[in-house]
Amino acid sequence: MTSQSHRLTSGGLIDRSASLNFRFDGKAFSGFQGDTLASALIANGIKLVGRSFKYHRPRGILTSGSEEPNALVELRTGARREPNTKATTAELYEGLEAASQNRWPSLRHDVMSVNQLFAPIFVAGFYYKTFMWPAKFWEAIYEPAIRRAAGLGRAAGVADPDHYDKAWAHCDVLIAGSGPAGLAAALAAGRAGARVILCEEDFSLGGRLLSDGGTIDGVPAAEWLSRTLAKLADMPDVRIMPRTTLFGVYDGGTYGAIERVNDHLPSPPEHQVRQRLWRIVARRCVVAAGAIERPIVFAGNDTPGVMMASAMRTYIARYAATPAKRVALFTNNEDGWRTVETALGAGLQIAAVIDARPDISPAHRSLASKSAFPVLHGSVTGVDGGKDGVRKIAVSLTGDARAEVEADGLAVSGGWNPAVGLTSYHRGRPKWRDDIAAFVPDGAPPGMVAAGAANGDFGLSACLSQGFAAGAAAARDAGHSGKAGTAPVADDEAFSLTPLWHVAGKGKAFVDYQHDVTASDIELAQREGFESVEHLKRYTTLGMATDQGKTSNVAGLAIMAAVSGRSIPETGTTIYRPPYVPVAIGAFAGHHRDETFHATRLTPSHHWAVEQGAVFVDTGLWKRAQWYPRAGEKDWLDSVTREVKAVRGGVGFCDVSTLGKIDVHGPDAGAFLDRVYINTFSNLAVGKARYGLMLREDGMVYDDGTTSRLAEDHYFLTTTTAKAGLVMQHLEFCRQVLFPELDVQLTSVSDQWAQFSIAGPKTRDLLKEIVDPAEDLSNEGFPFMGAREVRLRGGLKARLFRISFSGEMAFEISVPARFGGAMARNLMLAGAPFGVTPYGTEALGVMRVEKGHIAGPELSGTTTAADLGLGKMMSTKKDYIGRVMAGRKALVAPDRQVVVGIKPTDKARRLRSGAHIIPKGQTPGPDNDQGYVTSVCFSPTSDQWIGLALVERGRERIGEIVHAHDPIRGEDYDVELCNPVFYDPDGGRQRG
Amino acid sequence: MRIVCPFCGERELGEFTYLGDAKPVRPEAGASEDEVFDYVYLRDNVAGQTSEYWYHGGGCRAWLKLTRNTLTHEISSVEPAAGVGARQAVK
Repeated sequence: MTSQSHRLTSGGLIDRSASLNFRFDGKAFSGFQGDTLASALIANGIKLVGRSFKYHRPRGILTSGSEEPNALVELRTGARREPNTKATTAELYEGLEAASQNRWPSLRHDVMSVNQLFAPIFVAGFYYKTFMWPAKFWEAIYEPAIRRAAGLGRAAGVADPDHYDKAWAHCDVLIAGSGPAGLAAALAAGRAGARVILCEEDFSLGGRLLSDGGTIDGVPAAEWLSRTLAKLADMPDVRIMPRTTLFGVYDGGTYGAIERVNDHLPSPPEHQVRQRLWRIVARRCVVAAGAIERPIVFAGNDTPGVMMASAMRTYIARYAATPAKRVALFTNNEDGWRTVETALGAGLQIAAVIDARPDISPAHRSLASKSAFPVLHGSVTGVDGGKDGVRKIAVSLTGDARAEVEADGLAVSGGWNPAVGLTSYHRGRPKWRDDIAAFVPDGAPPGMVAAGAANGDFGLSACLSQGFAAGAAAARDAGHSGKAGTAPVADDEAFSLTPLWHVAGKGKAFVDYQHDVTASDIELAQREGFESVEHLKRYTTLGMATDQGKTSNVAGLAIMAAVSGRSIPETGTTIYRPPYVPVAIGAFAGHHRDETFHATRLTPSHHWAVEQGAVFVDTGLWKRAQWYPRAGEKDWLDSVTREVKAVRGGVGFCDVSTLGKIDVHGPDAGAFLDRVYINTFSNLAVGKARYGLMLREDGMVYDDGTTSRLAEDHYFLTTTTAKAGLVMQHLEFCRQVLFPELDVQLTSVSDQWAQFSIAGPKTRDLLKEIVDPAEDLSNEGFPFMGAREVRLRGGLKARLFRISFSGEMAFEISVPARFGGAMARNLMLAGAPFGVTPYGTEALGVMRVEKGHIAGPELSGTTTAADLGLGKMMSTKKDYIGRVMAGRKALVAPDRQVVVGIKPTDKARRLRSGAHIIPKGQTPGPDNDQGYVTSVCFSPTSDQWIGLALVERGRERIGEIVHAHDPIRGEDYDVELCNPVFYDPDGGRQRG
Repeated sequence: MRIVCPFCGERELGEFTYLGDAKPVRPEAGASEDEVFDYVYLRDNVAGQTSEYWYHGGGCRAWLKLTRNTLTHEISSVEPAAGVGARQAVK
């Protein structure tokens, strides 16, 4: 194990009593509780952590936060391996394993770094220009080669073993960020009595206070911080959420946040989730998300050891880890100098300060002379160094003079960019502020306001007062009038800056580190006409990497502005879009994966069917019994054939509770049904059922089902399983929006009734065992299409319908859903003497095809009533939904494809749906395609495969032999067009 | 997005289903094919205030008429859609 050679002996917010072992690229190291992977690597003297995307250049750690473009690693191993994880935000834990990315065979000796030699061809628009021709080379050669050479980490390649959660939260005031502005806002809003949620992406609260210190209300920042957190903890309506990043802003005050619940552990504890996606509804939102320090673009600015000045302070002050022993600073502003103070305080050497401004403050001048380091007025033009870090820094001084500085670390500060993402997610464009040379929010989505550094006011005093005022105002706007008290105070800090974006020099000067976009790429894009920022972004890929250009976008715009002779605000920004940080797809899915992808609906007899060994099929959300295998049956066809024969020869039953069921009540119920069905229901006698067909307003068939009249003002309507919810919605639309004058009410009772179809010649024998003997079930007492309430043996009331889908003598019986399981068991008991056989949806389907009934495949949304052979049902005496459009010329054309039966000329042949119908002797093709096969089955009754098809002029062509062409399965065969009713065409059996 | 249902209060988007433009009115029984065609198919593509039908299927099952700005997504009113698409006056 390597000792922590670059760890200060004291200080920092780390727990030195909790030593943690970890591995990077297989090598063992140690760090402390409170470290990030980045700070632990720095404490161990590691500077080289990755290779760049395109040129495979050695890269180090640039920042200390979620804006990090360089230090991306594969974290964890096996199924939990997560690529492109920022070392700067990954919390250290015992046993952590991380690997560098995009290098082979090793980080120090990377073969692909030869890409640097070919750099002249890897310029902006490289892919567009280079791999134009020959086209077929793209998939075979170019793309695989490029994919190997470029890229980031590797995905785990196996299913994620962890769970993710999704949750809602509601509050009055939502605060993004726990820096001085955020905490002041929380104090004010909390005291005023508002329900507050504060999200902080870091695992420690305090923001820059953790690194920069200061004095607040007369005490050191650390003390103020702990007192403030204690006060907030005492407020029951203030909820502080660390490890939680607010990543998106949506309509109506809805916000997205990702909580990394257990990312700081090797794996989540049992029954706990890895991450939780929050949807937070807030009346007001205070964005106190701070600002991001920006680099200056100069040659060699990506050398390991070049680091943002604020990040260097953070590593020294917060983590007691020293990125360098001898530090140089390159700054264009006052704030960068703080790093010098922090480094000196930690006993580090200052090699030099290179300040691009013409003048510096007297205080800094005296600091330089007291600490004996030179202040060079000029700019860094180059860095001598490599994978082992910075060695020498070349400086050009005012008036053509040059200097060299020996240092092993270079802190850079080009100023600060307010984090304008959240405030711009509703297509807002930030505005330019000259005094800080940065974009600041220009308005925000409704209910949101930015405060402190996020608003472009960087001083501690401004952060505290703005945050406090924003929190108090937000609470007031949300209706809380409690006293907020007074704002915390701090001394004002000066912030002066001379804009500097790019220093000309020899060698690559990186703007976007993560996508390897250089200053010269931007200049080239401008020369080639890609001047618009949106074009610039897509042509060079500037800002399109996983960091979304947090450190690069503004510098890129500034360089484009300079070369195109425009100002930065004239050049403008690209559109900001969520998420602010990458969010795992797993978190968006939450628990909606695998068997819990959607809710599951079980039929009332489900548990009984499980006991029977049924095979289930998913139909929408439902699990339905598909068939009931018995010992000795070799496949599903054996079982289904047995079930069909049992029904046709005796009696069987099937749970049909999945059908949609709607009670239609009211004096105008009949009139209402007349308007939604093509046929008439107002003249249906009480105690009778009728098949109904409804159209969409465009004239196509929408749904079908049987509707019964149970009383003068009460109909019971059924829908198909698939359309149950949609038909309810459609009928409510008709009732509420279109026909408000009708006195009618709709009640969905799909879940209230268990419904069974009982079919076969022995149905009446079975029913007599179930139904009270006083009920008349004879053909006269309960004729075909009869429907009424009956009393069962034992007193239970049920609804009985004499309807048949199978073509047999059949009834459907409805009992309250809680009796569904008992009904199935009773049918088995009572039916035993008659050989009762439960049947599944397959047998149901076979019998409906044998009977020529239409179902889902024929109700395709492109068929008319006439196509289905039901044109005669269309009433000419009333208006109904879809009537006028159904009469359009093309919808009544004589050459439409209509439902017809088919059977193969070779009786032994199996049919398959989807095959196309082609006239005999013609070559298959779109010009002579006359339709297709919709439904097929093996018919035990006909002892051969039969089917239904939609065929042009089919009804006029009964008896014609046509060709079935199935290019997907490579099958070609002849079929005969026939009457679609294969079984009992007179219907004598169902009426008997 | 959140919708303030006049019957249930402020609820989340997932409880609602969008149907479309609430402007067209269903023609009377004797209407010509052209009139019905317009009703079924022709819609304005509005940049600004629109009225539209939403169904509160996850709540009270009321059909609602929203006035919504397609540029800002701001919802300025939500009311029951009773009779909104009807040619005949409500009794």
